[in-house]
Amino acid sequence: MTSGDRFNADHLGLSLTQAERLYFQMRLIREFETTLLDLFSQNAVFGTTHTCLGQEANAVAIMEALDRNIDTVWSNHRCHGHFLAYCGKVAELFAEIMGRELGVCAGRGGSQHICWHRFHSNGVQGGIVPLALGTAMAGKAEGAVTVVFLGDGTLGQGVVYECLNLAALWQLPVLFVLEDNGVAQTTPSELVFSGNAQARAEAFGLESAYSDTSEVMALHATASDLISRIRNGGSPCFWHIRSVRLGPHSKGDDTRSPEQMAALQQRDPVRLNERLVDTPLRLEQRCKTIIREALAQAEASPVNDGSLTA
Amino acid sequence: MAADDRIMFWGEDILDPYGGAFKVSRGLSKRFGERVLTTPISEAAIVGIAAGRAMRGLPTVVEIMFGDFVTLCADQIVNHATKLPWVYNNQVQVPLVIRTPMGGYRGYGATHSQSLEKMFCGVPGLTVLAVNSYTDPGALLREAFALETPVLFVEQKILYARFVDALPVAPEKPDVALVCYGTMVEFSVQAAHRLSQEEEVYCKVVPVQQIWPLDEMSLVRELQSAERVLVIEEGTNGYGFGGECARLLARLGKPMGFVAANPHPIPNSRVYEDRALPSVDRIVEKAIQLFEQT
Ligand SMILES: Cc1ncc(C[n+]2csc(CCOP(=O)(O)OP(=O)(O)O)c2C)c(N)n1
Repeated sequence: MTSGDRFNADHLGLSLTQAERLYFQMRLIREFETTLLDLFSQNAVFGTTHTCLGQEANAVAIMEALDRNIDTVWSNHRCHGHFLAYCGKVAELFAEIMGRELGVCAGRGGSQHICWHRFHSNGVQGGIVPLALGTAMAGKAEGAVTVVFLGDGTLGQGVVYECLNLAALWQLPVLFVLEDNGVAQTTPSELVFSGNAQARAEAFGLESAYSDTSEVMALHATASDLISRIRNGGSPCFWHIRSVRLGPHSKGDDTRSPEQMAALQQRDPVRLNERLVDTPLRLEQRCKTIIREALAQAEASPVNDGSLTA
Repeated sequence: MAADDRIMFWGEDILDPYGGAFKVSRGLSKRFGERVLTTPISEAAIVGIAAGRAMRGLPTVVEIMFGDFVTLCADQIVNHATKLPWVYNNQVQVPLVIRTPMGGYRGYGATHSQSLEKMFCGVPGLTVLAVNSYTDPGALLREAFALETPVLFVEQKILYARFVDALPVAPEKPDVALVCYGTMVEFSVQAAHRLSQEEEVYCKVVPVQQIWPLDEMSLVRELQSAERVLVIEEGTNGYGFGGECARLLARLGKPMGFVAANPHPIPNSRVYEDRALPSVDRIVEKAIQLFEQT
């Protein structure tokens, strides 16, 4: 990270109160993702994407509890919310997804392969988990923690269990976050999952926690508690969060019924947490402006056609 | 490890007094203590953890007990360790060395004798190095670290019983160049000796240590003076070292021949294994056939 390339304090709302900040970040992520889906539906963007609509509270609660300078985040295909809550780089994420030179990876990676400072994502289910253990090991001496995100469908990957064992055995400071939205692409978890996720982690000797809420303050309290325990004790933890996916898996590929979707709306974290702030409309306007300007900035950047770099 | 205290090394059964299935790491755990870790039989995880650690600038070596099991780390190698540096626009480097014994002639059967490196040759961002008995493996390992990329470091297991030897001096105008790596280098040296004694055919043995990516320029330079080229590899025929050499050398217009293992699993019976894998006899025979082509 160079001095000219810092966390975007403004887009992270660092000058706001904590409650305002968490709401603001969720709102910003929501605006980003809905704008992105619009762009895709207008064929203005090419390729694929996975939005985190409904899961924004997890991202902002966890990033708020991290030391962004030293801690590491490993995210998966559904990484935009995690990334924006980590660093606030809106234009750079738009540009990345659009394959532009301004992109965080100069447009080489795209929606699910992004990296900046100590944030990384990759699109192979479960494959990031060993890497997370590696960065946790590397950072242990400096008191750094690594967070790795998993979806419920990813509990089908064997390497996840190799890593639960090794994280506990080698006492690595890593937080496994299971964002359980109850569905993997189109498959409801009851068709592919047996037993209990927390019990699986505990069987390997990890401490575990469970949350079933979209309340961002409650999620943040748990995140802070778990992360400080990991930082101080140096051992891993597994956190099972029941969450909701309010959008399609990717783009226009939802097979769930309207009744089911209506029920899930009750858990919408942006609506639920609106009462935390006095001026939600003002923050919403602020987010819309940021998104509009960032998008314009991304669109002004040249497409990376491979002529600049090898 | 003595020169760089950031280096860690891990793998299955590598601790003293055992020192690894092939004793390569004997003495290391005694000497370097906590920098040497024994691991569960979790090949994907141990390679991925090493890659993650390496990504933070800490060089890491993993031993895969038998090369046959690199298939279990394929996702970590192909989709993570080698891919992320590029897709992240070089924001990370991965100084990772995966050491593993490949190869047959030991009667270990179909799942403990293969030369699977060709499955990884061609993977962008990966370097594949192979030890032979005519160069110092320690120097090659140092080169592997200097690359600061993921490296698959292939050690053919019968070489563990060898001392490093000097390569015989090559004739100035060789009739045939024998291009080879790993165990096939000593087979080629023996074949060259027989060809000169029995057939008055003079060969130059061209051992390759970096088998992926192949250095086209130096290969062409080595082969310039040779009339014919025979490429020898221990792995099975097809989509391998021979094919890659042919791709790079076709423009030279020299007659080329190829020696590789038969395309079926490696049999258990010693005689049958010897027949399935390349032999000195087969190299000699194929070298002579090259004269019939011209
Ligand atoms: C190893 C692997 N297999 C299949 C896929 C294709 N894929 C992408 S996302 C996804 C569903 C993942 O579900 P889950 O882990 O529950 O996360 P969610 O999408 O619900 O956030 C699948 C099957 C993949 N990316 N990686």
